[in-house]
Amino acid sequence: MPENQGSNSSIVLRRVTSEDGTSRLVLAGNCTLTALGKRLQPLVGELAAHAADPELQWDLTGVTQMDDAGAVLLWRAWAEHRPRHLLLQPEHERLFCRLEKMPAPPAPIARDRLWPITVLGKAVFLLWDHLIGLIALSGQLLLDAMYLIGHPARVPWREISANLYRTGAQALGITALVGFLIGVVLSFLSSRQLQMFGADIFIINILGVSVIRELGPVLAAILVAGRSGSSMTAQLGVMRVTEELDALTVMGIPHSQRLVMPKVIALGIAMPLVVLWTSAVALIGGMVVAEIQLGLGYQFFLSKLPDAVAIANLWLGLGKGVVCGMVIALISCHFGLRIKSNTESLGEGTTNSVVTSITVVIIIDAIFAVVFSNVGLR
Amino acid sequence: MADGECIIEVEGLYTRFGSHVVHEDINLCVRRGEVLGLVGGSGSGKTALMRQMLGLETPAQGKVRFSGLPLHGQDRKKLQYMRNRCGVLFQKGALFSALSVYDNIALPMRELRTLDEDIIRRLVMLKLKMVDIDTRHATKMPAELSGGMIKRIALARAMALDPELLFLDEPTAGLDPQLSDAFVKLIQGMRHELPLTIVMATHDLDTLVALSDRVAVLAEQRMVALGTLQEVINAKHPFITSFFCGERGKRILENNRGILQG
Repeated sequence: MPENQGSNSSIVLRRVTSEDGTSRLVLAGNCTLTALGKRLQPLVGELAAHAADPELQWDLTGVTQMDDAGAVLLWRAWAEHRPRHLLLQPEHERLFCRLEKMPAPPAPIARDRLWPITVLGKAVFLLWDHLIGLIALSGQLLLDAMYLIGHPARVPWREISANLYRTGAQALGITALVGFLIGVVLSFLSSRQLQMFGADIFIINILGVSVIRELGPVLAAILVAGRSGSSMTAQLGVMRVTEELDALTVMGIPHSQRLVMPKVIALGIAMPLVVLWTSAVALIGGMVVAEIQLGLGYQFFLSKLPDAVAIANLWLGLGKGVVCGMVIALISCHFGLRIKSNTESLGEGTTNSVVTSITVVIIIDAIFAVVFSNVGLR
Repeated sequence: MADGECIIEVEGLYTRFGSHVVHEDINLCVRRGEVLGLVGGSGSGKTALMRQMLGLETPAQGKVRFSGLPLHGQDRKKLQYMRNRCGVLFQKGALFSALSVYDNIALPMRELRTLDEDIIRRLVMLKLKMVDIDTRHATKMPAELSGGMIKRIALARAMALDPELLFLDEPTAGLDPQLSDAFVKLIQGMRHELPLTIVMATHDLDTLVALSDRVAVLAEQRMVALGTLQEVINAKHPFITSFFCGERGKRILENNRGILQG
């Protein structure tokens, strides 16, 4: 008999027809997922072919091991009821008993035909939700600020200082690298054009105004949004996942005051300094190329710069830095606090936070350009 | 049942985290078909030992073999085959939070690439029934579930491929007594139907007494006792005395006298 099969051998089907004309299907071997392996797909067809004969006797006593997958395979071939003639081992009986009692799987949810409208509607509501959330968070911060003015001992100095270091000091490397390269490229391209008109001297005006007024602040803001904004969102999000935010709440420590406020203040302070640093390095990059390409001396460049660029441009750049820094921190914290405790929400929240921050930075820049169009330009 | 060949062999295993030594010279054989309980105080390295057996961590020294084959240095295909024969219930469930309950259980089945969706659907329903979860919860996300349900669904996922070896890390931690009892019954029932080997790390004496054939006790970086519950209790070691013969331990052992002597 087939009992002497190896312990890991897959199932074997054997059809026997006795003298009185009844046919028997003898199954032997292992009917488990691991044993079946690649044999599973062809077996589905074989079993279905055999099951077409209702008078067939199924002899499963030779099956050494059977698991749920094996049982389901047979059960499906039998069209979900036991065949008329079935021989089973008692320990496998239980598997089929369970299958008989198996609840029907839930029906798949029909797709809504109005989905374009619902999707659009949801997006609008989400936007509204974010807007309200941001306004509420800003309001809360204002209230916190008023409270802290009354209780200066409660100002979270330590958190502010830590954030200042992380978002400011640690960002100096990357902003310097990017600023320098942009300065070099800008100076190189402009000097070639200016040379054609013999207007070499105006390289100082072009570099000065564009870097100090526009490129420095925007570059720094975009880099900081990508770097510090994402880390702020992720930090708050992980705190939500690990229930640290709830732990703070039950201790009576408000999130806005201890987590959001220090970040907003720190980035508000760090950002103009980073802007100053980025602009300075970009100007140095431009200056180096101006010397190589046009032969403008460093001393000449530096002494002409105050005449070419009004000091108002510098204040404008620093002002943009303060506003962008605080807005980036605010948006990052808003998205961070909205993250739900699952991994997908964490990734989505961080992406949305960075994309929104960068977009808003550019919008702020545009607003500044319009509002201060008469300032600092001659 | 107790005298099977070794399904997992641990040989001269040392674990170090930096300068902190967790295990010193651990030797252990998990026999096919048994339930081995791993016991030890907090920080004694129960979970760490289990992670070594799973190949999630590489021991500082020593070897772990699964069915006679070393866990490290295997080719991909063989390792995958070995992994498919193991199921793990992590302490906190480790359900994929981005997938629904249904997809969590279906994932290991889909990864096999031999089963069609129809069979997978039936199997998932069967597994849910096995752990006594109503099918209407199938579409829920893990974040919407209670702790007990997460444990049971994680068990269903661990059992998705009907493994021959099951690792349970604190299976009843965080469950109320009724749910723990139900969990113990569930595992006993599964053992009845399938030739299952279980390695279980636990603090819970009730679970330990009800399920384990043999008990390994970890204390002071070493395995201080290994044997049936009765043998372990008779071993004289301060940790064993305080663990089994404390107020709680005595009461539980008293209630289960029948099991111990039988």
